[in-house]
Amino acid sequence: MFNEIIISVSILVGLGLFFATVIAVAYKKLRVEEDPRIDKVEGMLPHANCGACGQPGCRAFAELLVAGTESPSRCTVSSAEGLQQIATFLGVDTGAQEKIVARLLCAGGKREAQNLADYKGNLRTCRGESVVTGGPKACSWGCLGLGDCEVACDFDAIYMNDDGLPVVIADRCVACNDCVEACPKGLFELMPVSQKLIVQCKSLLEGDLALNKCSVACTACGRCVADSAPGLIAIENNLAVINYELNHLSSIDATRRCPTDAIVWVEYQQFEAPYKTTLPLGRVERFEPDEQ
Amino acid sequence: MTDQDQHISAKLTFRHGVHPEEYKELSASAPIERMPFVDLYTLPLNQHIGAPSKPIVRVGQYVRRGEMIAEPGGFVSVGLHSPVDGTVTAIDLFDHPNGQMSPAIQIKIDPFSTQQLPKPNLPPVEEMTYPEFINQVQRAGIVGMGGAAFPAHVKFSIPEGKSCRYMMLNGCECEPFLTCDHRVMLEYSDALLDGTRILYQFTRGEKVYIAIEANKPDAIQKLKAAVGQTDLPLEVVPLQVKYPQGAEKMMITAILGEEVPTQKLPLDVGTMVSNVGTIAALSDYFRLGKPLIERVITVTGTAVRRPANLLVPIGTPMRQVVEYCGGITDPNPRILLGGPMMGMVQKNLDVPVIKGTSGILILTEQEVRDLDTYSCIRCGRCLDACPLFLNPARMGLLAKNGLWDEMEEYNVMDCFECASCSYVCPSNIPLVQSFRVAKSIIREKKARNKNV
Repeated sequence: MFNEIIISVSILVGLGLFFATVIAVAYKKLRVEEDPRIDKVEGMLPHANCGACGQPGCRAFAELLVAGTESPSRCTVSSAEGLQQIATFLGVDTGAQEKIVARLLCAGGKREAQNLADYKGNLRTCRGESVVTGGPKACSWGCLGLGDCEVACDFDAIYMNDDGLPVVIADRCVACNDCVEACPKGLFELMPVSQKLIVQCKSLLEGDLALNKCSVACTACGRCVADSAPGLIAIENNLAVINYELNHLSSIDATRRCPTDAIVWVEYQQFEAPYKTTLPLGRVERFEPDEQ
Repeated sequence: MTDQDQHISAKLTFRHGVHPEEYKELSASAPIERMPFVDLYTLPLNQHIGAPSKPIVRVGQYVRRGEMIAEPGGFVSVGLHSPVDGTVTAIDLFDHPNGQMSPAIQIKIDPFSTQQLPKPNLPPVEEMTYPEFINQVQRAGIVGMGGAAFPAHVKFSIPEGKSCRYMMLNGCECEPFLTCDHRVMLEYSDALLDGTRILYQFTRGEKVYIAIEANKPDAIQKLKAAVGQTDLPLEVVPLQVKYPQGAEKMMITAILGEEVPTQKLPLDVGTMVSNVGTIAALSDYFRLGKPLIERVITVTGTAVRRPANLLVPIGTPMRQVVEYCGGITDPNPRILLGGPMMGMVQKNLDVPVIKGTSGILILTEQEVRDLDTYSCIRCGRCLDACPLFLNPARMGLLAKNGLWDEMEEYNVMDCFECASCSYVCPSNIPLVQSFRVAKSIIREKKARNKNV
């Protein structure tokens, strides 16, 4: 009886010691040396894992930062101080980058755009409506106004205004691309804030055909083309298209004679007034890096 | 019809599925009428699955009935033909029944024309080679007429290494309300058998089945009698009345007792399935030289004054089709393209009838209830309804939480949107609707990853 206990205990202890040795040896032999700076840099990043930098997460971005293939400013979530901290730590330049904001290329809210039908289904999301003959709106390109983008935004940077259009709070937007992917109509586009001339329409119809469906549609009249620098704006498929390579030539004059306000001059914040929101506005708190 | 005829014993079927009310009596006994010509025809270039057709006419050009106005834009694409003698008035964006604006050719009818089809100048189909036949089917613009509008020549061309042992003609028409296939089998049975002969000449195989649900005893009788007089290995198979019996994978399971594996096509189990309308269109083209310029559709529903089966030229505005049937009796109708199970809600009647339109169903406002959604009670009825043995309850929960990748693991891409799960759900959860959303998101994601 006592013998059996001793045998079984010693077998278990022996096995335990054996595997412990194997693990200890493996730890020494198979160890991968990792740059300790990666952990530190990761600690300074916001942990939002939003993907705005184009990487699958903050860890992957930190690895690239340490390797020197990315500049800290690719992280659009960190505050300026946070970026500076990383840059100082790594001894590199923050690599000044222009702020990028998601812009909505449609201005046809409830008041402007016509509806052909009512959606009566139980799936009241933009996606749900758009798989049923493209949604109830007369314009098949326009915003459906049910806020899939508002749900998708991890940074509370989008809210639906009383006209049923999503407003991107430019201060909060980190250009993470989530709203671009969420919109079933593909109406969002990430643009540097210096691109102030924006055509807020995607309708490919001409003249009255477009106007009958939405009062702020681009009618392809061509006035903006005539009023701007040559080559800046062109009418392609009945829609004014801005060539942003010539962005330095753009001016507010191109918008002055637009009969429908389809082309607008956006100073930083798109769809400003009048909006009501319960969200606190003004300077938004940034993710601050951990104290090191 | 005698009493005896009505009891056709049909045991063959698949497992799962549902039994919706049929409502076929509204239009089942109405013979096919020819829709009169109207003034304007709109022919979208993307009426089929695959690449859109490429226009080969210009504005102002005079075109003859049956003349090709757009050529195939690739292999998975078909030709498009003018349904009337007339003048091309525009090539522009027009409303498409799918709710989008899409490029289309508009033709104004020539009021003085007799609308006779020009004499065909095709060589006899018996002397054609297989590739020539496939090419001709593509040029004829023939697509699957069951609703998906998949180019027929793609289906008919058997890839290397595969063979077609069984050919199946799909006359199940399991959707409630629709009766166009039923009427085609009754009235165009000669064209149907002739089309079968044409196709059989190239595909060969052991057997040709004509699958008909047992609720069409007159069609079964008629075809059984006609089959006896041919030398083809034809067999008329009555199938049990169940939805979705007409889905090709379900039909193969019912007849052969064999399942088509996931992500595979019927040809992988040596079977070729075609709608009866498609086969009849083959005969029309090779014997009469008439490409796919008109099709039989059912205009039905309780809000239509005179439900009917109509032979409608492709491109006829639906508003005029409905007006020809006496108009709509309800001020707030619900309009569906296709049947009530899989049909697509329509927001606009100013769209043309296209090759994939199998019916226009118009219901009164009272018939369509807007139901509230409740929580899933885990009753499992949707699991017993899904003909593909998917797990709609689980996928519905995943969809609610936006877990699209997980849904793909649960094989949501196999779902062919038969809506049996939504039909049986006691909590009115929009199951099939959210699968449709999931499929569109997954497809979008795949396209994006491909581009990167």
